[in-house]
Amino acid sequence: MKYKRITLLCGHYGSGKTNVAVNMALDLKRRWENTAIADLDIVNPYFRTKDSRRLLEAAGIQLICSDYAGGNLDIPALPGQMYALTDDRSLKAVLDVGGDDRGALVLGRLAPAIVEENDYQMLAVINRYRPLTRDAVSTLQVMREIEYAGGVPFTGIVNNSNLGEETVPGDLLSSLSYAGEVSRLSGLPVVCTAVKESLYPQLEGKIPDLFPLRLQPKIG
Amino acid sequence: MADKVLMKGNEAIAEAAILAGCRHYFGYPITPQTEIAAYMAKRMPKIGGTFLQAESEIAAINMVYGVSSAGKRVMTSSSSPGISLKGEGLSYLAGADLPALVVNVQRGGPGLGGIQPSQSDYFQATRGGGHGDYRMIVLAPASVQEMADLTVKGFELADTYRMTAMILADGTMGQMMEPVDLELTVTPPPAKPWAATGTGMKRPHNIINSLSLVPEELEELNFARYRRYAQIEEKETRWEEYRMEDADVCVAAFGIAARVSKNAVNEARKMGIRAGLIRPITLWPFPKVPFAKAAGQVKEIISVELSMGQMIEDVRLASGCRVPVTLCNRAGGMIPTPEQVLDAIKRAAENGGAAQ
Repeated sequence: MKYKRITLLCGHYGSGKTNVAVNMALDLKRRWENTAIADLDIVNPYFRTKDSRRLLEAAGIQLICSDYAGGNLDIPALPGQMYALTDDRSLKAVLDVGGDDRGALVLGRLAPAIVEENDYQMLAVINRYRPLTRDAVSTLQVMREIEYAGGVPFTGIVNNSNLGEETVPGDLLSSLSYAGEVSRLSGLPVVCTAVKESLYPQLEGKIPDLFPLRLQPKIG
Repeated sequence: MADKVLMKGNEAIAEAAILAGCRHYFGYPITPQTEIAAYMAKRMPKIGGTFLQAESEIAAINMVYGVSSAGKRVMTSSSSPGISLKGEGLSYLAGADLPALVVNVQRGGPGLGGIQPSQSDYFQATRGGGHGDYRMIVLAPASVQEMADLTVKGFELADTYRMTAMILADGTMGQMMEPVDLELTVTPPPAKPWAATGTGMKRPHNIINSLSLVPEELEELNFARYRRYAQIEEKETRWEEYRMEDADVCVAAFGIAARVSKNAVNEARKMGIRAGLIRPITLWPFPKVPFAKAAGQVKEIISVELSMGQMIEDVRLASGCRVPVTLCNRAGGMIPTPEQVLDAIKRAAENGGAAQ
């Protein structure tokens, strides 16, 4: 994976953004000292980046998130600290944004500064096994809605096609043509294909830019 | 097309409802079931259906009453506090003999409670949920696949018996993601000659009403309804038995508690303890038969619940109090662990029913 100063992860609800975000932050931290991850989800009170707080703290990654995240208080709050993402240019960060266009609305505050600085990648996390993004056209529609709401155009695609714990290598291999079609229709590159750690050895060499995921605990 | 899709339990309910022919959804957001409304908001406009976020839960249930009166498959969904608000409407649906599907993805209570999972609306659901003599068919899924399957079944049962079917899930079932096969078998709705669909000047008006001021007539309506309920108890009771053949400790659990309990039963078996599980799938009608049988076979029944002990009363009734029935529970949004259930099984196996 190559990183820009800001890596934004957006996508359909339940496409696996948080898992990808936490793993990318860990990956980024190995190359850049001053690394942060921001939990900007205002849609879902469960399955948050903050659930991985201990892991992130142990790795020395700064966690930017609302005090209310993971606290069962179901309010869509954002941390004031999020302005560090655009103000502090010594920082490299991964932004875990909430699902769909509703989730991408939070980017409104940050989008002008991010686009102006122009050192970002806006990645669409896609999963062909999710019911509303089963084909390239419907996936592209979700991506367009997100761009419209968030004000940041996508620059690449993360193929995170999976069936949860039951995913087998064949599921990933048969998702490649789907990801390719999303890429062709959108004109954007597939920057990586994410796969849970346990399947990585079986798929290494068979899929380009394979990105191993250490799955995060589900609390909630 | 992929054979299976990865869905949240809430999404599976919504998609299954659409596959079952439901084109009218009325609701009001509340965690942990909001994905049902969000999914319907996205899908319904694309297939010519109606998604309407009502001004309140009370408005939503009365919209359900209206569409059901017109003979269409219709649903609403909420979580515990919202279901209480719908209570009056549930009673009116029963009084007017209208079919509907109502989903309760329970959260911890009472009151506003919290947003973590619970099963503490068991009493409310299995005893009708509102005022008056009536029942709802209550279905308790224990997997995302069952969230889909039982939603379809719920619509069919509601239409067959002209009453409300409720999916009684919990926050975990609503939020968890699992692969689902959406090749569901759907029976088209039966003819509804009672519906208010226009007379065409060819028949008398169909009147949909729950008001009945002559007590003799109202009594007869109640008697007739309960004759129907007796048929349902006979024909529609569902449950799963797991490793019960030679069991001498029985665990009773539904929904997420049954998943936890199944793990505990497997662990107990590895230790040489003959444990088994009875999982009610219909909570009303309650599966009395397997518990009556278990009462003559096991030394103790353990009711595992995410509540202060509600289903345990039905387990005691069904087993005729012939064996001790004990409670293994968490409440307020907490879930029993397999270890907690295993400890209860071990204790029951050792004490041989002396506990309680």
